[in-house]
Amino acid sequence: MLGWFLRRLGQIVPTLAILSVLIFGLQQLMPGDPALILAGEERGDPQVLAQIRAELMLDRPLPVQYAHWIGRVLQGDFGFSWRIREPVAQLILDKLPVTFQLAIMALVIAIAIGVPAGVISAVRRDGPVDWAANGIALAGISMPNFWLGIMLILLFSVELGWLPPSGYVPLNEDPLQSLATTIMPAFVLGSGVAGVLMRHTRAAMLTALAQDYVRTARAKGVPEWRVVMKHALHNALIPVVTLGAIEFGRLLAGAVLTEQIFTIPGFGKLVVDAVFNRDYPVVQGVVLATALIFVSLSLLTDMLVMAINPRLRTA
Amino acid sequence: MSANALPVAAAPESPARRAVRSFFRHRLAVFGLVVILFFALAAILAPWIAPYDPLATSWSAIRKPPSAEHWLGTDENGRDVLSRVLFGARASMLAGVVSVLAAMLIGLPFGLLAGLAGGWVDSLIGRVADAMLSVPFLILAIALAAFLGPALENAMLAIAITAAPVFVRLARGLAMEARATDWAEAARALGNPPWRLAVVHVLPNIMAPLLVQATLAIAEAIIAEAALSFLGLGQQPPAPSWGSMLNSAQRFLTQAPWLAIFPGVAIFLVVLAFNLVGDGLRDALDPRSERR
Repeated sequence: MLGWFLRRLGQIVPTLAILSVLIFGLQQLMPGDPALILAGEERGDPQVLAQIRAELMLDRPLPVQYAHWIGRVLQGDFGFSWRIREPVAQLILDKLPVTFQLAIMALVIAIAIGVPAGVISAVRRDGPVDWAANGIALAGISMPNFWLGIMLILLFSVELGWLPPSGYVPLNEDPLQSLATTIMPAFVLGSGVAGVLMRHTRAAMLTALAQDYVRTARAKGVPEWRVVMKHALHNALIPVVTLGAIEFGRLLAGAVLTEQIFTIPGFGKLVVDAVFNRDYPVVQGVVLATALIFVSLSLLTDMLVMAINPRLRTA
Repeated sequence: MSANALPVAAAPESPARRAVRSFFRHRLAVFGLVVILFFALAAILAPWIAPYDPLATSWSAIRKPPSAEHWLGTDENGRDVLSRVLFGARASMLAGVVSVLAAMLIGLPFGLLAGLAGGWVDSLIGRVADAMLSVPFLILAIALAAFLGPALENAMLAIAITAAPVFVRLARGLAMEARATDWAEAARALGNPPWRLAVVHVLPNIMAPLLVQATLAIAEAIIAEAALSFLGLGQQPPAPSWGSMLNSAQRFLTQAPWLAIFPGVAIFLVVLAFNLVGDGLRDALDPRSERR
């Protein structure tokens, strides 16, 4: 296990190193001089420009700038927001809990819909239930989630008046109100993931149900529900768990638009505001943070899969 | 599963013909193809079939619900929504197809190079692809588009760069598989240089899975373009695009819900269609994936 872990780290570290170069390189795509953008009204003053350039090390060669930047990043210093005048790392940490609440609720919704639908679909293969489930799954995957969000607001907030169209109440302030403000965005976020989960669960279940051990179990007279739930599902879940981590990344990306529509002050809103305000260090920080979250999650998932599947442990 | 249904081949049928036949048996995929053709025609013929100028504002027709004159209603500036949806198809279809073609143009050479060269070239290209894939698609696309500046071409470039690593990975894997086959060995033995092996021998043999991936990637690219336009990073107003139409519609949800419905239906239908065709192509072209 330790050897495997070290090998895995050996893959992750170079990947992250390359990623850091790419994220740093984003700045070079910018049209125009960052000092001019930052100076704003004072852009005519060469002294101000020189001061900004010196402060941001824009007057130094690129490798020096990178070394300085990555040195700070490794110490957890993601830079300073140009507009909000706060450390980027602090901004991200402040917003993450909101997005995590949303993402976890979305994942719960996605699993609650996707996995049972996939199992039923596989058991009732090619029947009307299977067709309907496949159709709904494909619709969920093809639905742009920002549009689904707008449609849900139209139905539940504008027409029926059941749920607030926007805003956010933290979980520790008023749990019920918090649930009311996050249930629609969480459903929007989860719907696409539910479709993907359904399709993968179905495929994995079909494979598992065709295995010899399932036939053996049936031949022994094990009741069908037990064959499906225990023998087949247990094995089918492994690829589904791996998928969970990848889909969590998709949730973080989906949160960008969903939070924008429901005006939820999370991580996604932070990026969008940063994009509008041309607050580039925040954009860079967010990209870096999502990559770190994604990489740690896939490492965690691999460990989880090892725990579920003992056959992999010796490998 | 289908062992007893294997047809007894009288005359050998070409794989391409079999694929086409199998694709057209897929009713949903054919439906998808029809929808794509419909929107492609709408995009191309927009100037002739649109009932109004998509940019023409009108003070007397502000936020009018769907009617005989304006089938899909009018927007907050009195512009005809149907005309704007038709012209909006241009931005979406163009962005979907062009950015995926560009992604393939970036991704395939690197993928083939990595798969055929092996060694440190392979590890370097593989790591760069891994690094890019560790950032969720939309976040990377937004970041790139933000740094490049708001414009449809920049959004397309951002989507192309973001989608490229998938093609790098796919081409790399397929090229490695192809390199190990006997016909690749024969081509090499005949003295074909590596680049010729890649372009003339390997590439045509891996076209089928690439086509499937490309179709599915177009679906993702169209959603991404709509998302970027929704955020103001794609097509710039007043030029119509489905994403930016949805963005302005959000402000008039109570007074003019039709503004939010039609552009969304358009995005949904096109994306669904490309996904259906992608699924159909996968079933038709990939003998390994069992028909579901």
